[in-house]
Amino acid sequence: MGKSKTYHRKKCLFLFCFLCLLLLILMGRLIDLMIFQADHYSKLATDLHQRERSIKAARGIVYDRNGVKLASNSQVCTISVIHSQIKDPDSIVKLLAEKLNLGEEDIRNKVEKVSSREKIKSNVPKETGDEIRLAHLDGVKVDEDYKRYYPYDDLASKVLGFCGSDNQGIVGLEVTYDEVLSGQPGKILTLTDYKGIEIENAPEERVEPIDGKSLYLSIDVNLQQYAMQAAKKVMKQKEAKSVSIILMNPQNGEIYAMVDLPEYNLNDPFTLNQKTDLKKQDALNQMWRNSCINDTYEPGSTFKIITAAAGLSEGVVGLSDQFSCPGYRIIEDRKIRCHKVGGHGTETFKEGVMNSCNPVFMDVGARLGAKNTYKYWRKLGLFEKTGIDVPGEANSIMHPIKEIKAVELATMSFGQSFQITPLQLLRAASAVVNGGKLVTPHFGIKSVDENTGEETVFPWTEKSGAVSKETSDIMKDVLEAVVSEGTGKNAKIEGYRIGGKTATSQKLPRSAHKYISSFLGFAPADNPIIMGLVLINEPTGIYYGGTIAAPVLKEIFENVLPYMGVKESYVETP
Amino acid sequence: MKKGSCRVPKDLNTLILVLVLVGFGLVMVFSTSSYKANQLFGNKAYWLIRQSIWAVLGTTVMVLISGFDYRKLKMLPELMTFGYIGMSFLLILTLLIGSVTKGSKRWLSIGPVSFQPSELSKLVLILFLARYLAVHEKQMKTTKGIFTALFLTIPVIGPVGIENASTSIILLAIAGMMIFVSSPWYKRFFVMIFLGIGAVVVIIGSRAYRLERLVIWMDPEHHPKGHQTMQGLYAIGSGGLFGKGLGKSMQKLGFLPEPQNDMIFSIICEELGLLGALGVILLFLLLLYQFIRIGMESMDLFGTLIAAGVAAHLGIQIFINIAVVTNTIPNTGIPLPFISYGGSSLFFLLVEIGFVLSVARHNKAG
Repeated sequence: MGKSKTYHRKKCLFLFCFLCLLLLILMGRLIDLMIFQADHYSKLATDLHQRERSIKAARGIVYDRNGVKLASNSQVCTISVIHSQIKDPDSIVKLLAEKLNLGEEDIRNKVEKVSSREKIKSNVPKETGDEIRLAHLDGVKVDEDYKRYYPYDDLASKVLGFCGSDNQGIVGLEVTYDEVLSGQPGKILTLTDYKGIEIENAPEERVEPIDGKSLYLSIDVNLQQYAMQAAKKVMKQKEAKSVSIILMNPQNGEIYAMVDLPEYNLNDPFTLNQKTDLKKQDALNQMWRNSCINDTYEPGSTFKIITAAAGLSEGVVGLSDQFSCPGYRIIEDRKIRCHKVGGHGTETFKEGVMNSCNPVFMDVGARLGAKNTYKYWRKLGLFEKTGIDVPGEANSIMHPIKEIKAVELATMSFGQSFQITPLQLLRAASAVVNGGKLVTPHFGIKSVDENTGEETVFPWTEKSGAVSKETSDIMKDVLEAVVSEGTGKNAKIEGYRIGGKTATSQKLPRSAHKYISSFLGFAPADNPIIMGLVLINEPTGIYYGGTIAAPVLKEIFENVLPYMGVKESYVETP
Repeated sequence: MKKGSCRVPKDLNTLILVLVLVGFGLVMVFSTSSYKANQLFGNKAYWLIRQSIWAVLGTTVMVLISGFDYRKLKMLPELMTFGYIGMSFLLILTLLIGSVTKGSKRWLSIGPVSFQPSELSKLVLILFLARYLAVHEKQMKTTKGIFTALFLTIPVIGPVGIENASTSIILLAIAGMMIFVSSPWYKRFFVMIFLGIGAVVVIIGSRAYRLERLVIWMDPEHHPKGHQTMQGLYAIGSGGLFGKGLGKSMQKLGFLPEPQNDMIFSIICEELGLLGALGVILLFLLLLYQFIRIGMESMDLFGTLIAAGVAAHLGIQIFINIAVVTNTIPNTGIPLPFISYGGSSLFFLLVEIGFVLSVARHNKAG
């Protein structure tokens, strides 16, 4: 039987060296993996282990021009259960069913479902959430959350718009300024096991959310409320289909109020406010629609402001030029009537405006011709969208210039046979009375970062030279005369200088005999700081703009002018 | 006097090293398995308890065997031959009636206890081959003798290789290394190494799933089945120099499947860092050194070959395991000696070491 020889021992040593070599290779490999490739693999591993839970950023507050909250956030809670942490499922089901008004069956299914986290209910009032939290049941999570809240319910609903469940803007200014308002969500990075179950006591990485910036609007809650009340009143009185009112600063385009009845409750935007045959989504879209901006109409006589300004600017007519009105004009083969059947007889241009006499404007239109008419329309922004910061703005519908013949020119001169939005009219009229500045109507004034106090003022463009200063001054005079002595005298307020123009547009088809009564007014007439447009859609009974729309703006101005600090100027009344 | 106090300290070093490794293994089995054990059985120590039973049992048998004079085996050639043939039959039996785990028939159940005969086959092969080589020492100087010895391993390596390629590779390596130690030649073994590599290629190529592993090995990051490999690498790579601390592995939380098994070394890396991992390898090297020292100090070639065989077994298995975990070689399921969860693996390893300790105790008695 063999004894171990020297070469056996050498072989043993050789074997040992060989095994050492193998293990040294592995040591080298480990050093490579754990030092030189450590970053790569540990990053991959971290990606695998970390779960991101986002923390909602509070959406920015929307203020009116005086700092009154129009949209803010209410604290709500999201209730969820974490299956792995549940110890007493029966108590949980009982408590949640009671507090949340949910069926025990539903809750039990969720409680017993093997998942990392099961949401029971969101948008739970904070008080309820606190009560559930205080019950201290293992496995029940109460997370704070924000929900958009509109303190004035339906005030300026068509303008403000509302947010969806993820606090993203859906319509209105909430969409336009979504980026400003939404902020940046934060996140909690937690370590989880392979099922996504959070590991207790594991270190959390937290990235704090950046709250949205506050948004300051040109809206004045008081003006909006005055306008809303006045609109509601006339809508009820006249059993109208809808009433729209816009109040704007004609000097810079800041909109003080925009009412478009019927409005809807921003805190409950998915509940229809009227019975309708439309499908639910179409009906909702209809309900959310802002006709001041989204819809066009034939402006009618208020548009004579534009024709007059164009005529004066172009020098084809002077204030004292004589016209005669037999109650109609024959244009080519058509007899186009004046609203006064017997005619206004002989009158100056100024009287023609005050009387809202159609033949006078047909003459002015004819003197201007299609080319010049469109030149001024273009200068007054009637071929473009106003650029307002509310989404979905409509544009005007005009005759192609080649198709404008005498008849078209005649009807165009008193605001028929084309369509514009109420806001386009207001913008053009503003330019006429503010010295020729074409402003951009807008709501957004500035955003404020509440953390840093940093303010960002939004830039809004203005184009000057739409009409001359002289024309503008004359027009203010003439339009003041319309209110003081002419068709707009129902808008007259003792002691204030008010300018304006009435209109009664017949809706298409003419045979339906449906009307939009409107009135465009501004004050003070010599240096307007506010311009308003009232549209009463399909009133019943008397439908003349001068009779029913002018008093509405009068009522608003009676409240608004003192509020805005406009002094009575004691103009002699004859 | 000479028999007692003089020699006990000599294998005491080895014994302590072994106990340290077994103890460390239990700590790591608990660390890696407690999370899943709690989830599955509501008992964090589920796997720890099972492994502990085998550890105590194995250590007891190891100490008993270390007191037994291994040289008596030489005197029982019939027993050795019978045992060897019996082993071969047991392996074939496993192929026929073994229980299937993960697509391979590797387990044999005897009552409530199930064990892997292939783990026992390592011990049997070492003992049988050590005796054969010691007896036929002179023939190991001829090529024919070497090939005869190799041929004799077929009854064990063959049946193992059918279901368990990695163990058969280990068996082949053990046999090759033992024959290498028993023979005075060096150059011929380079030829043998080539032949051995050829055999490995044949074994790997014989099954489609083994070829797929090659593809995974080249680029585990982008292979759909590279999941386990990548999870191991995530664990290793996220350990850094000092590790996350004992018990703080993330990867064991279900990301790495069965972290207490073959991939346990990756969790050691994650929890104890590069220093811990290198420390474990150094412990293994120390133990290998002890085995080789015992083998070199043995006057008796049988004893030398037993020690060398066990050292070869331990060394090659450590290498394959860690090489797989670090994706240095293609994936194959081999437990890390002493540390991976697995009763029969630990038990038979301790029995093998019992024989080495026996060699240490009796090596100079002539």
